[in-house]
Amino acid sequence: MEPEVKIKAQHVNFFYGKSPALKDINLDIYANQVTALIGPSGCGKSTFIRLLNRMNDLIPGARMEGRITMDGQDIFAPRRDVVSLRRQVGMVFQKPNPFPKSIFENIAYGLKLGGVKDRAFIEQRVIESLKKAAIYDEIKDRLHDNALMLSGGQQQRLCIARCIAVDPKVILFDEPCASLDPISTRKIEELILELKKDYTIAIVTHNMQQAARVSDYTAFLYLGSLIEFGATQKLFTVPKEKMTEDYLSGRFG
Amino acid sequence: MTRARINEVLGFTLLWLCMAFCLFFLGAILYFIVVRGAPAITWEFLTEVPRRSMTQGGVAPAIAGTFYLTLGAMLLAFPLGLASAIYLCEYSPKNASLNIIRLSINNLAGVPSVVFGLFGLALFVKAFGFGVSILSGALTLGIMALPGIISASQEALTAVPQSYREASLALGASHWQTIKKVVLPSALPGILTGVILAVGRVAGETAPILFTAATFYTRDYPTSPFSEVMALPYHIYALMTEGTRPEQQTPIAYGCALILLALVLTISAVAIVVRQRQRRSYGT
Repeated sequence: MEPEVKIKAQHVNFFYGKSPALKDINLDIYANQVTALIGPSGCGKSTFIRLLNRMNDLIPGARMEGRITMDGQDIFAPRRDVVSLRRQVGMVFQKPNPFPKSIFENIAYGLKLGGVKDRAFIEQRVIESLKKAAIYDEIKDRLHDNALMLSGGQQQRLCIARCIAVDPKVILFDEPCASLDPISTRKIEELILELKKDYTIAIVTHNMQQAARVSDYTAFLYLGSLIEFGATQKLFTVPKEKMTEDYLSGRFG
Repeated sequence: MTRARINEVLGFTLLWLCMAFCLFFLGAILYFIVVRGAPAITWEFLTEVPRRSMTQGGVAPAIAGTFYLTLGAMLLAFPLGLASAIYLCEYSPKNASLNIIRLSINNLAGVPSVVFGLFGLALFVKAFGFGVSILSGALTLGIMALPGIISASQEALTAVPQSYREASLALGASHWQTIKKVVLPSALPGILTGVILAVGRVAGETAPILFTAATFYTRDYPTSPFSEVMALPYHIYALMTEGTRPEQQTPIAYGCALILLALVLTISAVAIVVRQRQRRSYGT
């Protein structure tokens, strides 16, 4: 039985100025599953997930065609509020980017933006989010220290906690382990497997082993086109496309 | 010694000499002003009004005048300059016209200060009818300080990592919330450094207030924004060019110079402390 579709992309084209970055992408992201996007640098995988929370809106001269829906609703509809979209679709970036504030303030930031004033509630939610991101035990005595004092791996889990705190439905990971050591990477991967119980997850990675370890579905993109999409186990063992096979076996990339 | 080694020693010595030369003048200025100015500095000099056509008494009205002019100029230039910088960095489309605006601002910074003085005379004193007053002078000084504040603020805003903005927007912050809660707090120390340096410059300028605010002699402290005022830099100029008793006026001029120098150096020191604290707290 196929799980429920959370996000559906139909005939998506995307252009930076005149050069096309995505060509006719059709892709479903299933609820409470981890979907990995793999492919060589410049294949459009980051561009694609940045469409899902409309971060590409910030790029001058960029243009999108096609349709992306979440729970059946067009996220690019003219009346769609981008702020509320981003509260439902959180993002964790390639380089850990905590604010130069205290750990506590980092997590509370999103709540305060949403107008939450109740201090007890904020405190409870901060602790809850840090626990969910598997970092609370390491930092519980330092909640009011500057977040930039943490190690890279801790910073990235802090960013995940910050994302969780606003209670999103979907979390997008844009190469979350690219700047981390293997031990930190492992912790993040374990965390992702834990988080998929509560959230729908899409992860961009150019580490194929990582995709194999954490994801349920994998999409392989090459030069802006979706070459193959399928259950991770199938795609990695019996790819349908010759190109996918070549990429997975390291013949190019 | 090899040829390369000789060249190296020669070059190094030359560079050192140039540096020492600059340092010498810097030290010489400080030395002269302190040695000549220090005898004039008494409690009376700092707190009393001038007497006997400038040859006795103190320069307190000039200190007050410089304070009001500087404060007024900053009240105008800081909010206006910061707002312009925020618009240019965060909102305006990044295109050719932005470059033209930046170029114009940089050029404005190069306009001689006496030209600002004439402009202030024509616009604020005459056209707006503010007369020779604190208001006219502060407005003129404020406009003169604008380009510096805009440039410093732009630099500080540009230095805020893009990743902070992305993190904030991705959490559902609006553009303005992001600027207010993330970008500005990170940029603030840099912005303040620029403002403080502008304060130092504004406090020491003579030409812009020559026709717009300053008067050689009043026995009184300013009572309203429309009062003429004495100001330290102009007072020095007046003491050295007007009056009938140069031998008694010159020491007073050096006294004023020392006060002004102390004021400006203190302000720069504050700027340095602020910058250091910024580096520490943002760990970059």
